[in-house]
Amino acid sequence: MKLKKRWGLAVTLAVMVSIVTACGGNGGSNGNNSNNTANATNKPAETAAAQETASGSGDGDKKITLGFSQVGAESGWRTANTKSIQESAKEAGFDLKFSDAQQKQENQIKAIRSFIQQKVDVIAFSPVVESGWDTVLKEAKDAGIPVILTDRAVDSADTSLYKTFIGSDFIEEGKKAGQWLVDQYKDTQEDVNIVELQGTTGSAPANDRKAGFQDTIASNPKLKIIASQTGDFTRAKGKEVMQAFLKAHKDIDVLYAHNDDMALGAIQAIEAAGLVPGKDIIIISVDAVKDGMQAAADGKINFIVECNPLLGPQLMEAAQAVVDGKEIETRIVTNETTFTSEQAKEALPSRQY
Amino acid sequence: MGGKMHRHHLFWPLVVLGALLLFNLIYSPDFFSLAVRGGNLYGSLIDILNFGAPLILVSIGMTIVIATGGIDLSVGSIVAISGAMACLTISKGTDPSSVLLVIGAVLASIALSIVLGMWNGALVTVTRIQPIIATLILMVAGRGIAQLITSGQIITVSNSNYEYIGAGSLASLPFSIFIVAAVLLIASLLTRRTAIGLFIESVGSNPEASRLAGLRSRTVILTVYVFCGLCAGIAGLILSSNVSSADGNNAGLWYELDAILAVVIGGTSLNGGRFYLMGTVIGALIIQTLTTTIYMIGVPPEITLVVKAFVVLAVCLIQSEAFRKTLITRWKKRNYPAEQEVTRHA
Repeated sequence: MKLKKRWGLAVTLAVMVSIVTACGGNGGSNGNNSNNTANATNKPAETAAAQETASGSGDGDKKITLGFSQVGAESGWRTANTKSIQESAKEAGFDLKFSDAQQKQENQIKAIRSFIQQKVDVIAFSPVVESGWDTVLKEAKDAGIPVILTDRAVDSADTSLYKTFIGSDFIEEGKKAGQWLVDQYKDTQEDVNIVELQGTTGSAPANDRKAGFQDTIASNPKLKIIASQTGDFTRAKGKEVMQAFLKAHKDIDVLYAHNDDMALGAIQAIEAAGLVPGKDIIIISVDAVKDGMQAAADGKINFIVECNPLLGPQLMEAAQAVVDGKEIETRIVTNETTFTSEQAKEALPSRQY
Repeated sequence: MGGKMHRHHLFWPLVVLGALLLFNLIYSPDFFSLAVRGGNLYGSLIDILNFGAPLILVSIGMTIVIATGGIDLSVGSIVAISGAMACLTISKGTDPSSVLLVIGAVLASIALSIVLGMWNGALVTVTRIQPIIATLILMVAGRGIAQLITSGQIITVSNSNYEYIGAGSLASLPFSIFIVAAVLLIASLLTRRTAIGLFIESVGSNPEASRLAGLRSRTVILTVYVFCGLCAGIAGLILSSNVSSADGNNAGLWYELDAILAVVIGGTSLNGGRFYLMGTVIGALIIQTLTTTIYMIGVPPEITLVVKAFVVLAVCLIQSEAFRKTLITRWKKRNYPAEQEVTRHA
């Protein structure tokens, strides 16, 4: 018995030690990394300064340093977003200082402060949360460094704290989805029954995609939303809810899903009911992630509105304009397109995410 | 006869389930219609059984754990990990449609969930951490593990053999129902036909006294956590195979709470010491029927949770003996002042 107890203790100790060392190891490597980047990034700044003194007014040659603080890496969408920014920075010849906040605001504030200390030319970030940015943004303003928001907004009352906000317009996405439907059914004599799979209740994309869609289809009284329920943006919920919709309503003509995953779940439910997705029930979805595009190319989704994570090029453009001292729009909407089945088939091979 | 019936532990859960079904019958008579589509039975009742299958499985495991006076909060995370593991194995395979690959993936997931169950059990028995805290560790960390496995993405697999687990049918019924039936049968036989059930209840009533009476309390407790992990692992396979994908973030989210609710509705006490497997199954069915009903009748998503909360509150109140007694005494006394008056005048 005693021996057993010791054994248990030894095992727990061993586990704890390994956890601690693992953490230590990580911490060490992180530290190294940040040192490396700091060293690496310091150098170009020095050389740039040297160049400036050498050539006097060599503003055109000066490499722009962009500090970017990302939310984290929680989804495929976010990963594509990060990649786009890194690649377009390289293309534009910017010096990118990238920092991952791992979903924590304090990490982001720390990153922004270090950007200010390093005297970068432009700071860009996707805020983890909406509030609590005034102080650090003011510090940036006082240091004379322009700030650009990407993908998510801040609720700060003082809009002079940032130059612009680059991101998707969810209402516009809903409108695009609605417009396509209105165009498809413009000569219809019969009622068109629509069911809607909403995103997570209360989230901005769910609210806005719903509102935009509703406003647009209101132009045709034949288009009717007969059922609307949340599918939490997930495939499993989308399937479950759609299955219930199919039982409760015998005459569904159109499905509008707030994201591809719910549409993919619903497609399985429709197939299980012995119907053909895309034919018996027209499907409209938002996002255009890889699986969704594949379904569209297979004709199972009729229309996808893109929610584009690839805002890197637009960010670089805006950063360049800000550094050049040009006035820019305070709200830049991401370039977003839409895909029908045929367009999806063409676009699929070159999709990055 | 009537008195006996209503004292049976399954009486009230069955009444609630019956009431829910009756509501559906009145609201939409189609609810009970069963059709044959593509050789399979098709209807809301089948949906409830099919979508309820993972919850029933998790709840069965949870019942046994709760019977020992413990609790397992990590089941939702184990569901996610198991699904992620299976989908990862299949997506990494060279021939994505092979049967062997699926068997390998299923075995890997089940082995992993057993290990996770052991981890919980070890924390509870060896280090003597309170079960709610011990399993909370895996509940939080498990989501991270699932995301590590899927590298934060949704892994989609297309393997008809894997799909069969959660979406296939056997004898025109969903295959998942048979998995649940098998697990339920094994659990009932082991706990009611062997001494194991008695051991579990004895440990749940008083672990120290059981140990002094010659029971290996620790072994019993370790075993129930392993069993619970196993159940959650199988549930994870059904869930992920049903949609042919693994979502580390959302699969099995809040399952632990639904499972605990199912156990409580089924009449098992959270204090441990006694448990009712059939009660739990009915409890899980009540939850799933309620969910399906809410979707069918078109409750707006903003108030779905409120509706659910009210129904659950009603269920718990009906189950409470004290509440029923108060209600009955009130009802009996309702004519009291009037009667008094009558007697006075007479």
